[in-house]
Amino acid sequence: MLLNVQNLNVMIPTQGGPLHAVQDVSFSVSKGETLCIVGESGCGKSVTALSLLGLLPKSAKRSASRMTFDGQDMITMSDKQIRALRGNRLSMIFQEPMTALNPLHTLGRQLTDVYMAHRRGNREAARQRAVYLLERVGIAKAAERLGQYPHELSGGLRQRVVIAMALMCEPELIVADEPTTALDVTIQAELLRLLAELQKSMGLGMIMITHDLGLVSRIADRVVVMYAGQVIENALAKELFENPKHPYTRALLGSVPDPSHPRMQPLPSIPGTVPSLVQKMEGCHFRDRCAFASEECRVPIPLVGVGAEHVARCIKTGAQAPNARSTAP
Amino acid sequence: MTDIVASTPPAQDRAARRMRRPRWMGHAGLIIGLAILLTCLLMALFAPLVAPHDPYAQDLLSRFAPPVWHEGGSWNHVLGADHLGRDYLSRLLYGAQISLIIGIGTAIVSGIIGTTIGIAAGYFGGKVDSIAMFFITARLAMPVILIALAVVALFGSSLTVVMLTLGLLLWDRFALVTRASTIQLRSQEFVTAAQIQGASTLQIVRHEILPNLLNNLLIVATLEMAQAIVLEAALSFLGLGVPAPLPSWGLMISEGKASILFEPWLITIPGIALFLLVLGTNLLGDGLRDITTPQGRN
Repeated sequence: MLLNVQNLNVMIPTQGGPLHAVQDVSFSVSKGETLCIVGESGCGKSVTALSLLGLLPKSAKRSASRMTFDGQDMITMSDKQIRALRGNRLSMIFQEPMTALNPLHTLGRQLTDVYMAHRRGNREAARQRAVYLLERVGIAKAAERLGQYPHELSGGLRQRVVIAMALMCEPELIVADEPTTALDVTIQAELLRLLAELQKSMGLGMIMITHDLGLVSRIADRVVVMYAGQVIENALAKELFENPKHPYTRALLGSVPDPSHPRMQPLPSIPGTVPSLVQKMEGCHFRDRCAFASEECRVPIPLVGVGAEHVARCIKTGAQAPNARSTAP
Repeated sequence: MTDIVASTPPAQDRAARRMRRPRWMGHAGLIIGLAILLTCLLMALFAPLVAPHDPYAQDLLSRFAPPVWHEGGSWNHVLGADHLGRDYLSRLLYGAQISLIIGIGTAIVSGIIGTTIGIAAGYFGGKVDSIAMFFITARLAMPVILIALAVVALFGSSLTVVMLTLGLLLWDRFALVTRASTIQLRSQEFVTAAQIQGASTLQIVRHEILPNLLNNLLIVATLEMAQAIVLEAALSFLGLGVPAPLPSWGLMISEGKASILFEPWLITIPGIALFLLVLGTNLLGDGLRDITTPQGRN
């Protein structure tokens, strides 16, 4: 197992009180596996990713009962040890390719700097690696591109460069935080295919953070669904799409736009909004918006096994969707 | 297809150059400022070669010799001579050295102090920022001239003392500007990206933050330089700047003030030189700001 996280908690102090952004999140990733963390904005998925890399804001408090990367304990690691890991064995791809590159350095410089910092190799070796990777991510004339500045590239090309940069030191795990959100749809599909292909051929573990279920269905091996700071369902991708247990997961799948949806009819959506995480909630976080909510949902709900390698945080996983939700697949 | 692709870069390059040229060549203020500053720089550098006389050599026979355009002026002393008969043109040329050394030296000293404080405050935030802001506020509350006078009175006046004193007093603008820009840069994704790639704080500051601050720093440096030149002249005028035989422009004005009624050029000539140098430096700073902002001027 490459990465193993148990009971990760992140607390961010705010003026209104402590904000529990991530609560008891557990998951693991193996080599060559793609884990998708899905959820709507503000559910804590990005904070989870940043806490893995030790990049939370200074005021945030992180705790976990277990957090290991390739057997090494990440909780007790010194800053220096974490730095040696970052970029080298653990890498990240950003959401916004426009700002993830320094506008004042050439691509070649930015790509080779990472390599030289970790490998202490010579610039020529770093250059060769950069050219190889740029070609690998589908950039023509890679050697010429090395002399260019980020503003000379389109968004799609820049994101390819960002991906190449993340791969410079042959990492074992890549965290991709909505890597395709800022791009248009055709480029999205192309880049996803590229990512999936690179991941399989290099045997990388990948954590993909996204809210796009279509994307998840195409590349995920395993899916973690988060809601309001908690993991509410964790299953193999196939199982999750065929047999969603938690009402939120079902509602989420039900709100994927369907081309056969009748015109001028409102698209299916989940009523209500995500609760504030400033006060610690007792019981099910989804109960205000859940069609099945009852008094029993007011006590803390544990994750329970509902199938092979399938857990859900709900006591009513068996309940049938009421009529209003009959359009859900 | 390949032909077109292959031939675009040089064409693009030419177009880009054509686009870039008018941007700074077309900026009158920048050109004038640059010209004035370069002239001063050349004057200072080549003073020993250009100066017709030794700036310290006294010649009592030509005391108060008027400049060449006045009645009784001669080409021997183009700009006349002062109350000790020292050639005014030579003193003016050597004075450029002092003004520029003070200006550039102060800008460098204050730039290093201010940038360090500003980047630390902006990058680390929190307590470091509070402490830095305290120092900046404390510094802003100090009257520069009074402190400079007190320090010079305590330690005696020399070029180094004046330069260091001004450098230690004029770093606030550097600190404020770098702090604000660093806070902005800090939240940019390429800084986080560098962190994720395992860069240390020092590497991030050197490779990601500083290059992005450079144009701001240059602009502030020109402003501080102009201010330092004026302050040095003021201190010298008050008799607490650079010590007497040195041909500082401020000192020249001070020495000439006794004869303001009969030999007014003793004051106006260094005055005009000072005015032009400061104007040139400020124009250069303004121009730099105009051409480096993405929005452009006007």
